[in-house]
Amino acid sequence: MEKSLNWREFVITRLIKASGYSAILFVALIFFFLIREGVPTFEEVKMSSLFSARWYPIEEYFGILPLITGSIIITLGATLIAVPFGIGTAIYISEIAPRWMREILKPLVELLGGLPSVVLGFLGILVLSPFLRVFLDLPTGLTALAGSILLGGIAVPTVVSVAEDALDAVPRAYREGAWALGATKWQTIWRVTLPAAKSGVLTAVMLGVGRAIGETMTVMMVTGNAPILAIKLSNLFTPVRTMTATIAAEMGEVANGSVHYHVLFFIGMVLFLISLGVNIAASSMVFRAKKRAERILS
Amino acid sequence: MKNILTRNRHLTQRVGFILITLMAFATVIPIVAVVIYILAQGLPAISWEFLTGFPHDGMRAGGILPAIIGTIYLTIGTAIFSVPLGIAAAIYLSEYASDTPLTRTIRIAIINLAGIPSVVYGLFGLGLFVLFLNFGTSILAASLTLSIMTLPVIISTAEESLRSVPQGFRTVSISLGATRWQTIRRIVLKEALPGILTGVILGLERAAGETAPILFTGAAFFLPRLPHSPFDATMALPYHLFVISTQVPEMPIQIQYGTALVLLAFVLTMNLIATVIRSRARAKRQW
Repeated sequence: MEKSLNWREFVITRLIKASGYSAILFVALIFFFLIREGVPTFEEVKMSSLFSARWYPIEEYFGILPLITGSIIITLGATLIAVPFGIGTAIYISEIAPRWMREILKPLVELLGGLPSVVLGFLGILVLSPFLRVFLDLPTGLTALAGSILLGGIAVPTVVSVAEDALDAVPRAYREGAWALGATKWQTIWRVTLPAAKSGVLTAVMLGVGRAIGETMTVMMVTGNAPILAIKLSNLFTPVRTMTATIAAEMGEVANGSVHYHVLFFIGMVLFLISLGVNIAASSMVFRAKKRAERILS
Repeated sequence: MKNILTRNRHLTQRVGFILITLMAFATVIPIVAVVIYILAQGLPAISWEFLTGFPHDGMRAGGILPAIIGTIYLTIGTAIFSVPLGIAAAIYLSEYASDTPLTRTIRIAIINLAGIPSVVYGLFGLGLFVLFLNFGTSILAASLTLSIMTLPVIISTAEESLRSVPQGFRTVSISLGATRWQTIRRIVLKEALPGILTGVILGLERAAGETAPILFTGAAFFLPRLPHSPFDATMALPYHLFVISTQVPEMPIQIQYGTALVLLAFVLTMNLIATVIRSRARAKRQW
């Protein structure tokens, strides 16, 4: 009895440990398979061609610059929308709203995070882009702007929830100290609470940017998918094409092992590295902030 | 003079509060509007035939049963892999792991898994499950891909819920002679169950609504029958909505909105269940 119990305990403990390590294994596996299928690109496509401005795979033009600039312009637009609205909403929920309002708003923002991106893309096609076309008098509403607006909406819940956690974590004594010195609630928010939560709010922004850059279905559906070099502000009002949309749109039609196939995996590799960089930077910021908080408190 | 200053400060505060409040509402109102709009536009399309029939006439008529069933299969498949693995990983992080470099690496890996773009998961699933392991474009490959994507959501919410169980519960159980695993299974897991369940449902909700990871791993453009085995490809609601709204010309708008509504209802029901479980558990909690 005693013995079998120990044995079971031993097996289960091992299983649990292995599950714990699995996260590392999966990240490694993902990177390995991206490299395995993506690295042959370097042998098959010349660097000068890869970083050129022409993406036209049928004639073997694999310039990924238009895709990169497309992703950047849409992500920038989305960030400009998601950051003020996300942080504003987080401040409202954590500092201003009465309790009952908080109980309503939080699940609603969470709901936005759960809306399938394909549904937003669908509404983008049927409602947002016709509106933009008429309102801004454009030849087509399927533009970078439409993508930015919807992506902004998709990034908002991430920004709100992380920023709100950061604001919540600021000790109440900080606020009370400011109020006791005669500061208004508004002054306290801007000069005490927000600066104290700075690193958490920055993390929120970065995770929001990461969410926007990786979004696929919505941008594929509403941005028109024209691989043009988007380096001017006016490109906000033209169709563009992102890295994610290119993979999603073209992977289904390429032959396994072809040059085009390898290039698409290479783009996946670039996306993976971007998200790795964003997330490591964001999480190291959280760790640093924690250490500083511990130092202050000890 | 002083009076004016104070009045200014309070005026600034009032204007500022109004601005922030407006921003919060500008964020939330579109969410409600989207849900109501799809409900209003989609409801006329919903009928028994639409929910239980097969699509015909190039998907321009008939029902969406294969897509509904496909999404249910994929959600169940995802749950089979991600739930046990995710909860076990959460138990490891909350009950066994100490603060070592290895643990920190695991945490960073989880954060990164959460941030990897969904289409990159699709590439990975294609490379590993479809081609390397030779599962083909199948429910199995798509479920495995979605599982790994869902894992970080389940791990982080389950861990948070396990950690919120007071340390005293564990101490008492161990001091009564229970082993570590008995303590975890009978005390800690039992107390943390509602929180874990909430996380699991939210994770699966995300998986059910995703399109990009299943694009090249298991989604079928059109199937005249239901899938027979885990090695069959399947139609799925999110992919179907994508297909009929972008790939099929002259698609009746009613069917599009109807499909969007069914997908939204599927996802929102899961969201609602998770919210209810969470608020009930909070109300009942005695510690």
